Amino acid sequence: MKYRCLIYFDEARHRALTPEAHVELTRACLAYDDELREAGRFITASPLRPVQTAATVRVTDGQVSATDGPFAETKEQLGGFIMIRARDLNEAIAVAAKIPVGWLGCVEVRPLPEAWPPDLERGEEANAAAMPG
Amino acid sequence: MGERIAAVYRQESRRVFASLVRLLGDLDLAEEALHDAFVAAARQWPRDGEPGNPRAWLVSAGRFKAIDRLRRRARLDAVVGELAVQPDTPDPSASEEETVADDQLRLIYVCCHPALSPDAQVALTLREVCGLTTEAIAAAFLTGAPTLAQRIVRAKARIRQARIPFEAPEPADLAARLATVLHVIYLVFNEGYSASSGEVLARPDLAAEAIRLGRLLCSLTPEPEAKGLLALLLLHDSRRAARTSAQGDLVLLDDQDRALWDRSQIAEGAALVTEALSSGPAGPYALQAAIAAVHADAADPAATDWAEIVGLYDALARVRPSAVVELNRAVAVAMRDGPQAGLVLVDAILSRGDLRDYHLAHAARADLCRRLGRKAQARASYERALSLARQAPERRYLQRRLDELAA
Repeated sequence: MKYRCLIYFDEARHRALTPEAHVELTRACLAYDDELREAGRFITASPLRPVQTAATVRVTDGQVSATDGPFAETKEQLGGFIMIRARDLNEAIAVAAKIPVGWLGCVEVRPLPEAWPPDLERGEEANAAAMPG
Repeated sequence: MGERIAAVYRQESRRVFASLVRLLGDLDLAEEALHDAFVAAARQWPRDGEPGNPRAWLVSAGRFKAIDRLRRRARLDAVVGELAVQPDTPDPSASEEETVADDQLRLIYVCCHPALSPDAQVALTLREVCGLTTEAIAAAFLTGAPTLAQRIVRAKARIRQARIPFEAPEPADLAARLATVLHVIYLVFNEGYSASSGEVLARPDLAAEAIRLGRLLCSLTPEPEAKGLLALLLLHDSRRAARTSAQGDLVLLDDQDRALWDRSQIAEGAALVTEALSSGPAGPYALQAAIAAVHADAADPAATDWAEIVGLYDALARVRPSAVVELNRAVAVAMRDGPQAGLVLVDAILSRGDLRDYHLAHAARADLCRRLGRKAQARASYERALSLARQAPERRYLQRRLDELAA
């Protein structure tokens, strides 16, 4: 069995952290990743970029539509996750539109940070990678 | 080899894509096929060596992969049948270069189809013809990537639903369709040259992209207005370095350091103007370019041939009458005959109400009043212009003028 842990939190609260607190939290997350890796439990992990960078793809009667933001209806639960490589958001939308089980509901397409984990030793802004463009 | 494939991608991917769009008749299918073709190249070229004609290889591989994919998605049997009978080799009467050029031109016409909104035409052209990513286009237009992605998805759906064919327009429609294409390129340039809002005056990447599109169009079609447009873009862009001060403030034509003008762009633009004007009746872009060329020709503002410029505006007003053309003509008349003559014309335009909310009309009026020493009228017009202007450098310019009047 494989599990995907989808982490929900208030982005505003995350943004409000001081730079020091942010680095500390990031270190803790990476340390926990390492702990899980040593325990043979770890597959892959990455933060998602903020919710306003999301697009939602829906296929109705073969017609693809895309809207801003995560507009999944509350009765729809997150049911799967595929990480893909694509040239840009429109290519990713085209790929997402073909995920068969997505036709039951919708697929939220969210870009990942360019580089993760950040190099904390080099003093990089820990949250720079997680901020939009 | 990886680097070699990346280089082929940069050089050929848009042309391969255009040919795949013709062969497959669908933008998304062609995009997928393009991706598959390059994946196949990355696997096979290091093993078997680079093919003699990489572009033809990629088109053929992409088409093959697309048909293969469609076969696997068996529900599209009819489409597969149709594609499978199409000849793999293009029309033998046309050379390969010609076919590729025609494919690119077809793609441009589809992206700039009049059934699409101007916003969609611009987004689609930049993505499908120029190969910019959704994220890059969104950043250039200060829009969110999801919003722009949505625009592109809708435009593609519209093309599919309206069954817009991947063909160049019929001769009867050519003039109108070409005008749309030229307008899209002009919009791209304008957004790069004079961002419609925001803190920064110009975003040069879009201007460069528009010039590339203009060059591409000139290489694909002999239309004089394509040359006229490219000339106009080059002549405007030649002043880019002189248009803003080190502080990011707007510098007007009269106050620009003409040593900063790009002479090679001016030479290329002027030559294109001559070509465009010598092949038939002058179109609006060629005339606007000719006006820009007269400015470029003057060593300093006083040496400007204003009589020539007024004459060119007269011609422009005949082929494309508009209040903005009239306003520009009025400013040129003011330079030729003095501010009073210009003010009469500007007031006539404003009293008709056409440009009541156009900040540059009020700025022009303010300028003429200032030169005539009518301080109160000048102040009122600068204030009106300031209340209408949206761009920070323009606003700072108007505020400076107001401060000078108060001093």
